[in-house]
Amino acid sequence: MTAKIDLGKVYGPSDDVVVREIEGEIVIVPLASGIGDLEDELFTLNETGRDIWAKVDGTRPLGAVIRDLVADYEAPEGLVEEDVEGFLQELLDRGMIVERG
Amino acid sequence: MTAASRSYVRKVPSGRDGLWASGGPPLTRLDIELTERCDNDCLHCSVNLPAGDAGARAREWTAGRWKALLDEAAALGALVVRLTGGEPLLRDDFGEIYLHARGLGLRVMLFTNATLVTPPLARLLRDVPPLEAVEVSVYGLTEGTYEAVTRRPGSFAAFRRGFELLRGHGVPLVVKGAVLPPTRHEMDAFEAWAAGLGGSSARPSFAQLFDLRSRRDGDKNALIAALRIGGDEFVALARRHGEAAVEEWREYCARACAPRGDRLFTCLPAGGSAAIDPYGRLQYCLGLRHPATVLDLDAASLRTAVADFLPRVRAMRAADPAYLERCGRCFLKGLCEQCPAKSWAEHGTLDTPVEYLCGLAHAQAAAAGMLRPGEKAWTVADGEERAGRKGAP
Repeated sequence: MTAKIDLGKVYGPSDDVVVREIEGEIVIVPLASGIGDLEDELFTLNETGRDIWAKVDGTRPLGAVIRDLVADYEAPEGLVEEDVEGFLQELLDRGMIVERG
Repeated sequence: MTAASRSYVRKVPSGRDGLWASGGPPLTRLDIELTERCDNDCLHCSVNLPAGDAGARAREWTAGRWKALLDEAAALGALVVRLTGGEPLLRDDFGEIYLHARGLGLRVMLFTNATLVTPPLARLLRDVPPLEAVEVSVYGLTEGTYEAVTRRPGSFAAFRRGFELLRGHGVPLVVKGAVLPPTRHEMDAFEAWAAGLGGSSARPSFAQLFDLRSRRDGDKNALIAALRIGGDEFVALARRHGEAAVEEWREYCARACAPRGDRLFTCLPAGGSAAIDPYGRLQYCLGLRHPATVLDLDAASLRTAVADFLPRVRAMRAADPAYLERCGRCFLKGLCEQCPAKSWAEHGTLDTPVEYLCGLAHAQAAAAGMLRPGEKAWTVADGEERAGRKGAP
């Protein structure tokens, strides 16, 4: 069981994955053992995931990321928060992001 | 932004289409032959040079050059690199090259005989997994049969040691056998052994159709040719587990086989892959070393090779009258393994029919009910109907 995403904390890509952008797709490739399920797969992000990923750089707390996205998309904060939390929880569960502070 | 309750992360199985919304990157896979040298001296090998061949070793690209090439490949979008040989683990810098590839986000297909696996290497493959099962060639189940193939005393013990190291470290493996005179009688036992290893439920593959030397250094070719099984035995072996294989041939013909006229390059590697020999020469595929299809990457970038050179190779056309008369009109093209690489190894050309492969394809087609005894597939007027294919490709 992994930890829950905390919107007050800073997250960034794990050193155990390699993130590549190929032909407009973000491709996450496990590097170390224990990432994802290691069943011979690559991981790509959907459109929402790509937009969120671009801002999760390990320097700012998620609250700031959410405020940026709300401004970018002119979307309700609750909806953005739901997306960010859902997306990052999925990455955290797979070991693809880690808490940076 | 949209409502949640769906997955933001999509898993894409290896080797599957569908990752790219458009056509995909210009290069998806690179096959690297790190060395032609091998610690074994297998009866049937179309590549190997002696492990201590100093001349070959001196000409091999350095780890630094390979790493720079891998950088280029990753920048072009490659997802997979195959590291093969010869025996790639003969290189002292294998781990360095491997780690560099993985650090770039490349998956690694490793082809090895496992004899040179060390505890540090097994740990490396465990801790930084290749993301593709390591493919281990297994030349026999006993010291006697194994070393009758490898012709190197002590190789069976070395294989067992390396193989158990990989297994002990939980490295995913695929084992592959070979149908050779010393091992032909072991096929059932080999399949049972492979099944007992766990992992894949698929039966192991067996090398059966041995290529001649791709360097065309012909001293060994008579031996290789003598090891080959004929069409009848090939069909009999395929039928060991019933008619499924024959049905696969039938289905494959219906789906993918047709006369290709003077088109030479019709195989799958055409799409976004390339091969590099140990000395930095780009080839269309690992087996094709015809000078007209090889580019020296000391003098050209990989990007140029992929964008300009390989399309020119793919556009080459057959001119040999026998090829045009036979292969160009044959409805079994595709089932038959005739290709420029085979023609090169057998004849030193790109477009000469290879009688051995022609015979095998005819035996397969006869078994599948597509040819009658004595018929030549290129003379059959209703070939595509017999193959169950509607219309030309």
